[in-house]
Amino acid sequence: MQGAAAIREIAVVAFAQTDHRRTTDELSEVEMLMPVLHGVLEQTGLKTADIDFTCSGSSDYLAGRAFSFTLALDGVGAWPPISESHVEMDGAWALYEAWTKLLTGDADTALVYSYGKSSPGSVRDVLTRQLDPYYVAPLWPDSVALAALQAQALIDAGDTDEPALAAVAARSRTDASANSHAQVRGSVPQGDYVVRPLRTGDCPPVGDGAAAVILAAGDRARELCERPAWISGIDHRIEAHGLGVRELTDSPSTRLAAEKAGAFERPVDTAELHAPFTAQEVVLRKALRLGDDVRVNPSGGALAANPVMAAGLIRIGEAAARIHRGESDRALAHATSGPCLQQNLVAVLEGDPR
Amino acid sequence: MPEVLKAPLVLEFPFTRSLGPVQSAFLTGLRERVVLGVKTGDGRTLVPPVEYDPVTAEEIRDLVEVGATGTVTTWAWNHEPRRGQPLDTPFAWVLVRLDGADTALLHALDAPGPDAVRTGMRVRVRWAEERTGAITDIACFEPYESEGQEGHQPSAHSGEFQDMVTGIVAPARLDYVYSPGRAQTDYIHALSEQRTVGERCPSCRKVYVPPRGACPTCGVATAEHVEVGPRGTVTTYCIVNIKAKNLDIEVPYVYAHIALDGADLALHGRIGGMPYDQVRMGLRVEAVWSEGGRYPDHYRPTGEPDADYDVYKELL
Ligand SMILES: [Zn+2]
Repeated sequence: MQGAAAIREIAVVAFAQTDHRRTTDELSEVEMLMPVLHGVLEQTGLKTADIDFTCSGSSDYLAGRAFSFTLALDGVGAWPPISESHVEMDGAWALYEAWTKLLTGDADTALVYSYGKSSPGSVRDVLTRQLDPYYVAPLWPDSVALAALQAQALIDAGDTDEPALAAVAARSRTDASANSHAQVRGSVPQGDYVVRPLRTGDCPPVGDGAAAVILAAGDRARELCERPAWISGIDHRIEAHGLGVRELTDSPSTRLAAEKAGAFERPVDTAELHAPFTAQEVVLRKALRLGDDVRVNPSGGALAANPVMAAGLIRIGEAAARIHRGESDRALAHATSGPCLQQNLVAVLEGDPR
Repeated sequence: MPEVLKAPLVLEFPFTRSLGPVQSAFLTGLRERVVLGVKTGDGRTLVPPVEYDPVTAEEIRDLVEVGATGTVTTWAWNHEPRRGQPLDTPFAWVLVRLDGADTALLHALDAPGPDAVRTGMRVRVRWAEERTGAITDIACFEPYESEGQEGHQPSAHSGEFQDMVTGIVAPARLDYVYSPGRAQTDYIHALSEQRTVGERCPSCRKVYVPPRGACPTCGVATAEHVEVGPRGTVTTYCIVNIKAKNLDIEVPYVYAHIALDGADLALHGRIGGMPYDQVRMGLRVEAVWSEGGRYPDHYRPTGEPDADYDVYKELL
């Protein structure tokens, strides 16, 4: 059980995301971000001044723009100074920080946002800079190459094969047909190898996008949202940093985070998994013990839109939005960061009985 | 809207990193064509070696020498090598468990094609000709038919060599095509016509120069263009005594915050056309554009009486 969560009920009460696109040359980060900030404020009727705490996630390396997160703060109305924090991580971890802030009782409402503008650079190369600087980064192994090593390990272990991976890709893009924000939708050819065994269809689209969520505690959440998505548990865990130390076909950190978040206490009906590569969904389904009756990534997931630094927060937002709409009663949301599912966050969201 | 501006942007960092005792021994060993691992508390041998046990976080220091031959534990065929990668011809990324090790090392495998690579295949280190004490001292792996040595026992090693490597310099380069977004694009276009154009907040009516597209007080988009200047007031300044690299300006010179007439935010620029020690707060200045320049080269005194402090104190 999440002892702390039992002390204070905290819910996702609003979610907004941009239409994710290959490029947004005409927009700066703050220009891209503002519509989603205004979106969640409008959904709740809150004004900037009503937000007790603001937390964001982004990485300057993506667009090569130093201190871009401070410029993005202009969109929040951060002057005079507000209570604010930033993580150089996916927005899902910003949400975790905001959740802990609300747990302390210092805040009743929190705005969480994140954005990623990958179009100015080459995200495959940019992500090599997050790797072990002594033994790995000097070899410049790009993000697709590392995911391909994991995919081959799964194939060797008999956990999947190329047709099964293609089926994950096809299901994700078909589901994304109903998601107007997605970047890749409908029938998409599986394509050629990028790094074998991964084909273009197995890889996420590269693009720009942003997302925002509002958290609120207790009765404040009930005032702001007809059916709040209560965070019944949330936890994040990490693997050893050496790729060759890890068992790449499994994700013990995801399983542990899920256990700590209470995911295994009762079945979930929906799971939004942050699996940028098809093979990673295979790993996550296994680690999370998801049966065939669980609706996985109805949004299309990261294979349909993967704005780096926002895609994990979007999983939480999508899961929460399904609860808001009454399409789910208990949903699991997962976010990942780093190569081959290095770090994993699991949140369990629940709606009040209808 | 006008054409979106774009420009190439290269970020380059030579990271200088110091090594801990285990990393130092491992990388020095590679220079000497010796591969070292480290023993964990539960008796496993980690290659490449780390300084703390990945499970218990206990400090680990017992070094052992492992083989330069090993077995591929997983692989991925890279038909289009990218800049900085170990080989510039198609190759396989591999995780290799060296003989005597319990964990695998990431590197490249030089092989004729994907059909020549499989998990479980035997490989050996191909050493770089020039070695400096870096992971790239292993040029790559190459196929090497030999018996697997599952029972290979690594031998203890002091980790001591002549001239220990104590640091590495890791160059990093990333290439971007930078675009400044709508507000700054508009601003830069206007500058090329020798006009300074800010944007007004629809809510608090403040005029931001240069505009960033949003009002930081109200958190809303700015859009209404407002031409400001060309004259303005020095709100504060400093005297620069150190010559900047690649900047052809005589020191000392004055760098100032300048509130252009009509702007609610000061921008900064160099003050010229008067001795540096006569610049003062409240000085009235105007932009000086160089021939064909896309932005003001500097600001010079207008000769007007100084502005009253109360007029610009809110802009400090
Ligand atoms: Zn304003």
